[in-house]
Amino acid sequence: MRLVASDLVVTRGGRPVLSGVGFAVPAGGALAVVGPNGAGKSTLLRTIAGLLKPLSGEVRLEGEDEFEPRERMHLLGHQDAVKPGLSVVRNLRFARDLLGGEGDLTAALARVGLGAIAELPGSTLSAGQKRRLAIARLLAAPRPVWLLDEPTAALDAAGQRLLGELVAEHRAKGGMVVAATHLALGFEAETLELGTVVTVPAE
Amino acid sequence: MRSPVAAVLTRDLALARGGGAGLGVVFFLIVVTLTPFAIGPDLALLRRIGPAILWLGALLATLLGLDRLLQADHEDGGLDLLHLAPASLGTLVAAKIFAHWLTTGLPLVLAAPLFGVMLDIASQGLGRVTIALLVGTPALACLGAVGAALTVGLRRGGLLVPVLILPLSIPVLIFGVAASGDGPEASGALMALAGLALGYAALGPFAAAGALKALRD
Repeated sequence: MRLVASDLVVTRGGRPVLSGVGFAVPAGGALAVVGPNGAGKSTLLRTIAGLLKPLSGEVRLEGEDEFEPRERMHLLGHQDAVKPGLSVVRNLRFARDLLGGEGDLTAALARVGLGAIAELPGSTLSAGQKRRLAIARLLAAPRPVWLLDEPTAALDAAGQRLLGELVAEHRAKGGMVVAATHLALGFEAETLELGTVVTVPAE
Repeated sequence: MRSPVAAVLTRDLALARGGGAGLGVVFFLIVVTLTPFAIGPDLALLRRIGPAILWLGALLATLLGLDRLLQADHEDGGLDLLHLAPASLGTLVAAKIFAHWLTTGLPLVLAAPLFGVMLDIASQGLGRVTIALLVGTPALACLGAVGAALTVGLRRGGLLVPVLILPLSIPVLIFGVAASGDGPEASGALMALAGLALGYAALGPFAAAGALKALRD
């Protein structure tokens, strides 16, 4: 399996954000998308996930005919989609069932360090704990492609180490990772540098 | 039950249990209680317009919580999660509408006979208005979902939903009140109401999903 993006052109509010971005991530590979604020890192991840439609270019998952690409991807975005009114384990069960996963909820929560507070409501979680709960989704509903948008944001040092371990395990099983970051990630990856496009190019 | 649709349905039901699902019924009760004060002590008039009051009350109460139908998921990133599910967004929105109707629309239907007694509606009339509400409130919920989807990104969207939806709900109101009457045209009106409800149920979720997708770009 291989994640391929070719010649992606995406505009936001009439402003070109990505102009001709392309890459290929093989099974077990990782790509770090780096660049300053506004370079289009999140836009690229959302385009890969199919949340934004590119003007031209395409994203495809080679060697995967049975499912649509979005059904094989996780997107860990800026927002963690944790419902404050539901318990931690209930939040995770919803995400797993929604995404069609079969993973063990207790094991996933224990792995991200939330095992002891599984029954607490989501409203009591700190930002870092919400992020850990979002990371538990990656384990509860295994999917080959992880799209991680600033995954280390709000995580403490132990959390960042944990994320590095999880990414390594995922890649060892043939998974693919695309991570957007402006900081150092806890794992080795190819680098795709996006520049800021602030002017509209002349016709 | 592990399908995406069942997941959305059970989650939204659990969320509704946690927060103010009974508020719509209280609002309905207040509308029904206030009207006789406005009209004055004319029991015959009240009996005649009773079904119309119930319908207006139910219509307004249905719109009460609709702006939150999609907004919470929009704000916390939950809509992105729905997008990644192995089911179409329209089907998942339909599950959300159904959960919303079960927790806000169905209680109104169940409360209608009780509140109808306060308006001196005869027992046969109570049955007819309850059936008409049972058929009509899902149509209102489906209409409202489209409004909720269109206004999901707006900060003051809550006020805009009724403004968008109330004019579109006029056919439901007309046939709903007609189906609640005791004339020979009541059964025909009920059929028309059922047709409207089926049409809105078939189109509403997918129109709402289309609006959500269009607003994403």
